[in-house]
Amino acid sequence: MTSSSAPGMRKSLRRPLVVLAGNPNTGKTTVFNRLTGSDAKVANYPGVTVERHTATIELSSGVVADVLDVPGSYSLSAHSREEELAIQTIAGLAPFEVPDLVVVVADATQLSRNLYMSLQILELGVPLVLAVNMADMLEARGEVLDLDAMRRELGIPVVSTAALHGRGLDELRKEIEATLNDPGRARPGGRWKSEDPALDKDLRAVVDALPAEWNSGDSGRARALAIWSLLSLEEKDELDAVPSGVRAAVASVREQAAKTGRQVDLEIIRSRYAWIDARMPAFVKRREVRPDGSPARKSSTDRVDGVLLHPVAGFAIFLLLMGIVFQSLFSWADPAIRAVEGLFAWLGSVSKTWLPDGIVDEFVEGGLIAGVGSVVVFLPQILLLFLFIGFMEDSGYMARVAFLMDRIMRAMGLHGRAFVPMLSGYACAVPAILATRTMERQRDRTLTMMVIPLMTCSARLPVYTLIIGTLFPPSRVFGFLPVQGLLMIGMYLFSTLTALLAAMVLSKTLFKGPAVPLILELPPYRMPHVPSVVRMMWLRTRSFLESAGTVILVCTVVLWALLSFPRSTGQTARFDSDRAAVEASGASAADRAERIAAIDRAEDSERLRSSYGGRLGRAIEPAIEPLGFDWKIGIGLIGAFAAREVFVSTMGVVYGVGDETDEESATLREKIRAETHADGRPVYTPLAGLSLMIFFALACQCMSTLAAVRRETKTWRWPIFLFVYMSVLAWLASFVVYQGGRWLGFS
Amino acid sequence: MKLLRDLVPGQSARLAHIGGDRSFRRRLMEMGFLPGTVVRLVRRVDIADLLELEIRGSRISLRRSEAGSLFLETEG
Repeated sequence: MTSSSAPGMRKSLRRPLVVLAGNPNTGKTTVFNRLTGSDAKVANYPGVTVERHTATIELSSGVVADVLDVPGSYSLSAHSREEELAIQTIAGLAPFEVPDLVVVVADATQLSRNLYMSLQILELGVPLVLAVNMADMLEARGEVLDLDAMRRELGIPVVSTAALHGRGLDELRKEIEATLNDPGRARPGGRWKSEDPALDKDLRAVVDALPAEWNSGDSGRARALAIWSLLSLEEKDELDAVPSGVRAAVASVREQAAKTGRQVDLEIIRSRYAWIDARMPAFVKRREVRPDGSPARKSSTDRVDGVLLHPVAGFAIFLLLMGIVFQSLFSWADPAIRAVEGLFAWLGSVSKTWLPDGIVDEFVEGGLIAGVGSVVVFLPQILLLFLFIGFMEDSGYMARVAFLMDRIMRAMGLHGRAFVPMLSGYACAVPAILATRTMERQRDRTLTMMVIPLMTCSARLPVYTLIIGTLFPPSRVFGFLPVQGLLMIGMYLFSTLTALLAAMVLSKTLFKGPAVPLILELPPYRMPHVPSVVRMMWLRTRSFLESAGTVILVCTVVLWALLSFPRSTGQTARFDSDRAAVEASGASAADRAERIAAIDRAEDSERLRSSYGGRLGRAIEPAIEPLGFDWKIGIGLIGAFAAREVFVSTMGVVYGVGDETDEESATLREKIRAETHADGRPVYTPLAGLSLMIFFALACQCMSTLAAVRRETKTWRWPIFLFVYMSVLAWLASFVVYQGGRWLGFS
Repeated sequence: MKLLRDLVPGQSARLAHIGGDRSFRRRLMEMGFLPGTVVRLVRRVDIADLLELEIRGSRISLRRSEAGSLFLETEG
């Protein structure tokens, strides 16, 4: 609750603001998607990594209102910064403005718990419209809602909806419009009020301590915020924005209550539920006869969970599903990735033919087009992963993932839901980092982000393939186990174990905190609303493109400049005269073309070696020499920062083989094998190769990962930490492997 | 008093007392776990250390090792 207005928050002279609130799994996002227009946006709340969904709704009178979809929660009470958002947005505490209307989306089949949060909002005196969703499911159970009874008792407009099928949304729209025109109709005027004399006295003490902004002359609102403070504040909460005066008042009230043996939390919560429970029989009525006349039978969710949560079958099906997700990221996305790469290579060559040779052409091809390409290339995997996650969340399966994986992941200090992002990390860390959003707590998200980049992503494969194929013989151990295949599997095992170990260590040190008991709702399985899933997939991807994309683009351009400048005119002139000499010679056209291409490659190689990046490679040689690397590998490591697989083509340029080299290139492999130190020793020994692979496994050689972490955590602190700890780890491990190997007598 | 985590799958009972750490207790109470409310144990998955409960029409999962502070009314 900072005093300054955060960027993106609107000020006065504004459109009406409608806030959409409710418990998780009530179909709130489907209501949001059905109600709002095409201008929906996913961003972050200022200062926290919670998604902020906004859009506008056009009402029949032509009035346009802003709609804010707040994250689903069971209550307005808060313990963490993330939970504090609910009270801030709904009560309109700075920097958020007071909403003109709150729409609570409730699940008809779990009405009493959903009404609990509605009562909290009513206490604040904000106009409220209640949309009781999934009314069709309630009817299928043989029960009906009495909307009139609810309107009468709650004193607010109530509509029943089935958002999945688009039912009841026109009525909801009409109620929103009518209430924006006449807010009084949605203010119950104290129909619900806790009337406990002891509590009243406690509340007065807290109300007196409230800051002016909270206590703005509206006694109902002040009282509600006092109740909120009594329930939420604790000695060790994360609610830094609460004034110390309120904290002191709450502490003294609680102390007094404890002396007389009262339980303030229980009193407050029980009085709300008592009010609801007394009215539930009037709100939901059982039909005399069930539609099919049958007795209550086991629900389909129960039967499905009997299999999906089964200790054996449940895990087997889960692993199978994860296998499909992994396979899709790893291979099904591949044609799309190749198409993107092909498209940008083509664009590069087109720019070459249109622009005159020279620095502009090189910048457009090597900096700009390659930069945009390196952002767009993530799209296939990100879209796919968000699509899977969307279906898993909307169908209710994501909660089962947390259920099944809780114990295993908890042993490593991770959240049960961290499994999906970590598995995705084997394909690519960037979508995996975006997938950490499915966890509620910042601590869980950040911890997971810090270990995902250790998983063997697909960009490391070309590097491993090049090194293994070049330096290790295609022989077999015990006559049947191929050495090369074993090494590849070994690298996967190594990265998995390192990631799990890192999670354990980090969770016990940097991310140390009190153990949080698990309270996990297993919502009924429901059919996902496909347009909503697809829309959220696109909105989330777009927000990645806008924020992380710009960082990646800038980094690519900077890296391009590092590896292209400075250029000496003398050098260019020398290669030009060589080329002229070849042109003038009497050799055949084919022969001339081949010799010119060789000169071009030599020029590229020379230019790279004398570039800033090349000099940097030489400068870091003393640091990487103990790992068995020379300055040429140093240049490769710098180039690999754009993306690990770039190492292969950078080495191609360094060795004058050309930049269209791939990891299977025989010429590059021969060059590498023939490379020697000044004293004639080969540079690339199997031991140096192993050291290089270990380095690639552990180092954070990926600016896109760093950009994604920056985007998700909204601070540079975590990407810097990630880069430093992984680099240190990589250096140490490679050092131990190389020097230890030499000490043991390997070369 | 009888413990919630000792229920047999399929069995239901009324909650008598909710103990434990304050924020855990508050979360549970706000989700409707109050003295007098009926809970049913739907399933126990011991290798996952989890209980699945039915309360107020919704399904909530708790770790068995953490549900030790939820007590039940002992009926007649």
